[in-house]
Amino acid sequence: MSLNEETKKEYKPLIVAFCCNWCSYAGADLAGSSRLTYPTDVKIIRVPCSCRVNPLFVLRAFQRGADGVIIAGCHPGDCHYTSGNYFARRRMTLLFSMLDYLGIERERTRVEWISAAEGVKFSTTMNEFAKTIHELGENKKLRDLRCEE
Amino acid sequence: MQKIGVFICHCGTNIAATVDVEAVTEAIKNEPGVVYAANYQYMCSENGQALIKNAIAEYGLTGVVVCSCSPRMHEATFRKAAQEAGLNPYMVEIANIREHCSWIHKDKVEATEKAIILARAAIAKVHLNAPLISGQSDVTKRALVIGGGIAGIQTALDIAEAGFEVDIVEKSPTIGGKMAQLDKTFPTLDCAACILTPKMVDAKSNDKITLYTYSEVESVKGFVGNFEVSIRKKARYVNTDLCTGCGECTTKCPSRKAKSEFNMGLMNRGAIYIPFAQAIPNVATIDPQYCIHMKTGKCGLCEKVCSAHAIDFKQQDEIVEQKYGAIVMATGFNLINLDQFDEFGYSKYPDVVTSLEFERLMNAAGPTEGTLLRPSNHEHPHTLVFVQCVGSRDTSGCGKPYCSKICCMYTAKHAMLVRDKYPDTEVYVFYIDVRTPGKNFDEFYRRAVEQYGVHYIKGMVGKVTDKDGKLIVQGSDLLENKQLKIEADMVVLAAAVEPDPSARSVASMLTASIDTNDFMTEAHAKLRPVESPTAGIFLSGMAQGPKDIPETVSQASACAAKVIGLLAKDHLVNNPCVAQSNELRCNGCSNCEKVCPYGAISYIEKEVNDHGVREVRRIAQVNEAVCQGCGACTVTCPSGAMDLKGFSTNQIMAEVDAICR
Repeated sequence: MSLNEETKKEYKPLIVAFCCNWCSYAGADLAGSSRLTYPTDVKIIRVPCSCRVNPLFVLRAFQRGADGVIIAGCHPGDCHYTSGNYFARRRMTLLFSMLDYLGIERERTRVEWISAAEGVKFSTTMNEFAKTIHELGENKKLRDLRCEE
Repeated sequence: MQKIGVFICHCGTNIAATVDVEAVTEAIKNEPGVVYAANYQYMCSENGQALIKNAIAEYGLTGVVVCSCSPRMHEATFRKAAQEAGLNPYMVEIANIREHCSWIHKDKVEATEKAIILARAAIAKVHLNAPLISGQSDVTKRALVIGGGIAGIQTALDIAEAGFEVDIVEKSPTIGGKMAQLDKTFPTLDCAACILTPKMVDAKSNDKITLYTYSEVESVKGFVGNFEVSIRKKARYVNTDLCTGCGECTTKCPSRKAKSEFNMGLMNRGAIYIPFAQAIPNVATIDPQYCIHMKTGKCGLCEKVCSAHAIDFKQQDEIVEQKYGAIVMATGFNLINLDQFDEFGYSKYPDVVTSLEFERLMNAAGPTEGTLLRPSNHEHPHTLVFVQCVGSRDTSGCGKPYCSKICCMYTAKHAMLVRDKYPDTEVYVFYIDVRTPGKNFDEFYRRAVEQYGVHYIKGMVGKVTDKDGKLIVQGSDLLENKQLKIEADMVVLAAAVEPDPSARSVASMLTASIDTNDFMTEAHAKLRPVESPTAGIFLSGMAQGPKDIPETVSQASACAAKVIGLLAKDHLVNNPCVAQSNELRCNGCSNCEKVCPYGAISYIEKEVNDHGVREVRRIAQVNEAVCQGCGACTVTCPSGAMDLKGFSTNQIMAEVDAICR
């Protein structure tokens, strides 16, 4: 049984989560060690800081078939690098409004602040986000059809 | 093309129970570049590491992917193993298939599929990894301890013992902290002052220790081994070099409106004051808020009576700049504000007191000189009710969700001391649970019940009212299943502890993380409990979580050991995952310089050879010793000249592609 056959049977969204190393990635680790479940749809990419997330990464994910992208970082004021999350917030606000204009629903993109101590918040956020994306269904707007086989 | 080895860990059954490790091994075997794939029960064990090392040698691996627990756990372990086998440690990537996969998913098919995808992402990344060489930086052999309570004092003494310079910054006029306010300490009942004040004197007389009392940390720059801190020494309006601590001024000061902080506001102090007799340093401080001379220009009595001519109304705050290799957070705790707990009538009735106020009422140096008297009428109380868990273990939102840990024991101590001193008093304790883990702790509590006849009642107090000068305590006895009404003379509330309000701002200056309750987060809850995730920041005492004095002292010494370990090094290995600028692409716009929080980027004029064209250009240059590798510059760079080693644009793109494949 291949992954493709499975997706045909039931829609399984693909969610890319960029998590900063110091807060949200550690929060995801805590969710793990606390055995707080969330769907397998969520795949985490570790970045040193939310400010490392280039808007191009988000576009690339959508082009390659992601249905939702979430960026998680330290709470405002708590950034390990002092101010990185503020840059991320500004960049993503701009990017998301542009994506919205292009027809990518606002709900498909999200920025969240999750600390290393917030395993519960990590899991509830991912559950909620996965549910939202599941309801929105497949994202086809930005998908680069050349990537499809 | 890299030659990549993939190693999949079972982690006993932690991974293998939910992820089919054989299927993962099979699936990634044929990924491009993978020349070897194996799974093993415990990859972090000696045998597991040997498996990796042997494969590196045998197959000439140029890259390694370990599918295991979080990189925050064992990335360092596997990088070291690779290095021992002759591979650059930064050619190792971790796919987190435990915390981010096997532990959070139940369906084995789905979890296995996800594990394969995570492994593929790591393989895709490692294809683009490049060997990185770490630079070195020097270590300033001096430590800063923020907070001068028992935690800070003990940490400083131990660091000084090892021969390193230590500075203590304390915001109040004296060191000693909360412990100085206590009467007796459990479980031995020795007096707090008797065991603390010698340590305070040691701290003062140790020539390796510098005390900055009545001072606060103003700003912190730099990084592990090289912190630059500015400390604000607030004006005391007293020349500390001249003041002899005779106390003449404090007795003559006509302003008596200020509440004594040391006595928890139970008595007033002068505008010029020495917090308590054993204060270190034993010098006076003028509180400008209450000083008549500072407000009206009149009075000046202290200046007249001071034979040492130490009063200096024109004194200004002073800023001290100092470099440190390590910083210790020992900012301590406070009791929570009880305004939200109307039912106990704390703000209404003077005879309802907190446990810390009670300490002062029992203390020989306190407002009543150790005679227990009701604050309302100065009469001897006959019935006392202690209420535990006031705001602790409270999920209603008014209090704190955690257990404050020390209240069960100090309440037993209070009850015992009262019964010992005044056998004619009746003492009741309302509790939810009595928690007494600790050496000789349960024995201590049992003595209170069995030997001293303290009435322990399982249940909570619902309301405190007053009637004819008595406090009526209404509560429930859960074991007897009945409602109680006790006529009491005093009610003592074991209020929850919380981190000192300064902790939040100090932590943010240090870029050290704090949890939802403002306690400092440890680098690892079990394995690195006295270190912050931010390198060079260490944790001591209540700042990290509720703990009693024995625990605080042990943690303070543990913290000192970690600081000494750092300061003993001559060089630190820098993080090689730093930004680098491509001089051919850089257009000299300065955007990166503006966003860099560390000032690590500067511009130089340099001759570059752009496809045969030689010209002098203005280009960005990264100071690798200062760059911390956040990556802010990489995104802001319009020409794509800035990249981050270890987390390069191509590497992250490759991960995205692999996940979305």
